[in-house]
This record gives sequence, structure tokens and C-alpha cells, in this order.
Amino acid sequence: MSNVFKGVEPLVVKSKISVPYHWWAGETASAFFIKLRDEQKISGTWCAACKKLFLPPRKTCPLCFSAQIEWKTVQPVGTVTAFTVVRRQLAAMPRKAPVIYAMIKIDGTETGLLHILDEVKPGDVKIGMRVEAKFAEVRKATIFDIEYFRPAR
Amino acid sequence: MAKRAAIVGTGQTFHKSHRPDVNGQELINEAVSRALLDANLTMKDIDAIIIGNMDHFEGINYVDCWSVDGSGGTMKPVMKITTGGTTGCTIAIGGYHLVASGMFDKVLIVGWEKNSESDTSGAITTAFDPIWDRLVFAGAISGLAAEAQAYIARYGATDRDGARVSVRDRKHALNNPHAQLRKEVSLEEVLASPMLADPIHLLDVCPRTDGACAVIMASEDSAEKITKTPDWIWGTGNRHPYAYLGDADYGRLTSMERTAKEIFKKAGIKEPRKEINVIELYQPYSFAGIIWIEDMGIVPPGKGAEYIWSGATDMGGELPINPSGGVISCNPIGATGLIRCAEAAMQVMGKAEGRQVPDVNHAVSTGFGGCWWTDMILHGKKKPNY
Ligand SMILES: [Zn+2]
Repeated sequence: MSNVFKGVEPLVVKSKISVPYHWWAGETASAFFIKLRDEQKISGTWCAACKKLFLPPRKTCPLCFSAQIEWKTVQPVGTVTAFTVVRRQLAAMPRKAPVIYAMIKIDGTETGLLHILDEVKPGDVKIGMRVEAKFAEVRKATIFDIEYFRPAR
Repeated sequence: MAKRAAIVGTGQTFHKSHRPDVNGQELINEAVSRALLDANLTMKDIDAIIIGNMDHFEGINYVDCWSVDGSGGTMKPVMKITTGGTTGCTIAIGGYHLVASGMFDKVLIVGWEKNSESDTSGAITTAFDPIWDRLVFAGAISGLAAEAQAYIARYGATDRDGARVSVRDRKHALNNPHAQLRKEVSLEEVLASPMLADPIHLLDVCPRTDGACAVIMASEDSAEKITKTPDWIWGTGNRHPYAYLGDADYGRLTSMERTAKEIFKKAGIKEPRKEINVIELYQPYSFAGIIWIEDMGIVPPGKGAEYIWSGATDMGGELPINPSGGVISCNPIGATGLIRCAEAAMQVMGKAEGRQVPDVNHAVSTGFGGCWWTDMILHGKKKPNY
């Protein structure tokens, strides 16, 4: 077991696959991001049968599969339900470590929205803290049209 | 035409951080040869093969075909199943479905991974939705850390509690010659290791591993002819929560709770803590060893840490968990869930050698996937009465 590599000259073929994609955001997400970009408003989808508001929004209710959904605008304010502080840099991370990732339950919605916290020290973040969206100056219809969330004022 | 089904043989590689001496097919071949030897069968006896690994990890898409030199699948029915972290458990469930349906008598199940061949953090990030989650989020650890933070806030656990789980699994690994990491650590060493994502330290999480595992399942028509001690499958299940990272109830693994309830109800298990004798838990980081046994119904919510500290889940305790050393000691991802299944089967069959738990009647093995989904299998010594 310990000597399995004895006498082995490992030959490695190095290669790289470049895989560009462009993902169509789809009908539901497009409606959300256009409203976010143009009006700086956050909206979710309401299932009347389940009486729940989902954010991210969806074309069908994830619980009962009903397609009878209705858009509702919510205030850009919510509560942190989970978070972590990432200390180690990964290439795919959107900014320099340390980064505070948080699940934010926007008031009135059923599910959490994943985003970044800023204008707060990592040590001061608490589950249950109230936060508000800081909208980006330049908006491109992506999730970063909300630049980050910060402690509610 | 439905049949009862059992595991009749298992095989694994000696897992390592990298295996520069073999390619993927050769790695698979090591596990398959050992499983055939264990069951005293030859490739001729195998009616179908299910194989699985992680999407993007080796950059090979037609693994079902590409792997036949290793798996022995030339001109046999071969199917590939891949479900992220749960892959190894899902292929076992898929194999069970094939045998239990009566369509195939003997099925070979193969899980494998050469984690060393690519940027696995990049590949894992493709598990997250590209529009909503992926721009914000990266890697596998951040989500687990958020779960631990939410659990800590709700139940008052500490990072010492998590570290105790890591100490247990790393100690158990000393008994398993197949495990990659076989070094005992102390609580203080876990807590002093670098913080990756609060509250998870380096020694709280699983490594990256090259390895393969193979399991042979047979129907009740042949299982007892192949081995005197088949490991009967009593139930399998899986559940997915909904689509986005923010949809989960952080601090609770709802998919585990639902899966466990379904399987235990079917098997007539009323007190899992007393009726299950060993668990091979797909536990990619230490805190899951506290949180998820609560969701499985072993102890009530908030009582996991106390149960771990009591020593009940150590070798020699009431309900040993991860005698193999678990995922923290060894994680060839596409094989990881199947290793849990094989280790549970070995416990039931009395073949677990230095890591054998005495008198195992029922064992549980599980699989976990990054956006909070769960696979689970209930194993048993007796043939199920349904
Ligand atoms: Zn609904």
C-alpha cells in the first residue's frame, strides 16, 4: 500500500477546456431583473393557494406546482437568517476575501435571497440582524444591481 | 415480478490524494476486480452496470462508454447516473431499482473520482444556479458554514462541538486501511487549524481524493447462493428541497428528515437510535455530524452535540457513526456515497475487519448533495418481510 508509487514515473497530459456559456435568464427572472434595473424595485411571485411569496421568483409554485402566480413588490429590507465569512480566496469569488455571504429573508417572503453584506465588520454580523439593499449606481440587470446589503438604517 | 435485493460483494481502492500511477479506467478496474473477488463472481455473471462520478471533474462526458475497459461493461447494458455529492448513493439506489424490479439479476455498481485531475471548486460551483446564485457564491464550503452558523444561533452549539466530531472520525480512520487520511488529531489541533469560512476550520472538512468503489447487488433468486451473509436492502429514498440556495431552512436538513421518516416507516423502525446499530453518514464537515443525526431522528433537535460528547457514536458506543473514518478522512466524491453503502454492507456482512461493529442487524448509509438534498439506504441482516 505504502509503496504503490515506487518505480512509477507519472506521465501527465496537461490540457484546458474553455467553455463559454450565455444563459438566457428566462421569462420570470427577466421580469425581475428588468424591474430591478429600471425601477430599483424587488419583486417576488405569490402563490394564492399556498399563501406564500417566493424570492427568487418562479414561474410555478415550488410547493404545489400551480402556475397561478402573481407578482408582488416588496420593500428592500430583510433579516439575516444565515451567514458565513469566507477567508480563503477562490477564483470564482466576486470580490476579495474576506467576504460575508448571507441568506437574507426579505420581509414578507418565504425563502432566502443569497447576497453579500458590506458596511459591517465580519465580527459584528449576527443572525437576526436587519439589513437593507444598497442598489448599484450602474445597473446591468443582474443580481449585482443590488450591490450588497448593509445594516438597516 | 418485484424481488428483494441484497449486496453480495464490495470492493474499493486504497484511496489517496492523487494516484499518478493509474488513469481513471485503471482506478475503476481495481475496485471492480476486488468486488468480483469478494463475491466470487466473474464479469460473465454481471447482467448490467451502473456507473457514476461528478460532472466536470475529469472533463469526460461519456463515462459509461469510456470506462468499459475498467468496469468490464463491453457489450453489456451500462448506464451513467450523476447527482452531484449524492452520486455514489444514487447509483446504489439505481442498482437496487434494476434488481428489485426483476429486470436484472446481478448488477455491478461503480462510483469513482480522480479529484486530482481538475479545479474541483470551479466544477462544484456549477451546481449553483447561474442567474441567481453563482455570481454571488463559489465553492462548497460557504453553504456548509452558513448551515453551521444558523444551527449555532438556534441551538447554542460551539465550534468545540464540531471539532469533537472531527476528532471521532479521524480516530476511526486509523482502523481503515482504505482511508486517505489516517492521523489522529486533538480538539485543540482542530480548533487551531486555519479558519476557512466561519465557523469551519481546515480540520473540520473533507479532503480531495482519488478513489473508486464497486458494489454488486443480486436478487433474492441468487443472493444467498453467492454469499451466506447477504446485506439485504430494506429501503431506499431521496428528497430534493427546492431550487435555489436561499430556499433551504438553514440549520435543518429537511430532505434528510423526510427521507428517514419514509424509510423507517416502511421498515417498521420506531426507535432508530436503538434499532440501528451503525451509520455511515455522508458527512462532508464536522457540524453535519451533530445536525443531521437530529434530522435523521436519532436524537431530538438540539441534542446532537450532547449525544456526540457522551461517546455513544464512538467505536464501542451505543451507535457507532462512521467506523470507516467517514468523508472527513476520504472523499473521492463520485465514489463517496457508494463507499458509505459498501461500508454499511460490510458491517452487516461481518466483513468490516478492524472497524467491525459487533452484532449489526441494521445499518444506515446516506448521501448528501450541495444544495441540501439527501439520499439514504437502510441495510439489514435479515431478509425484509415485504
Ligand atoms: Zn403553491
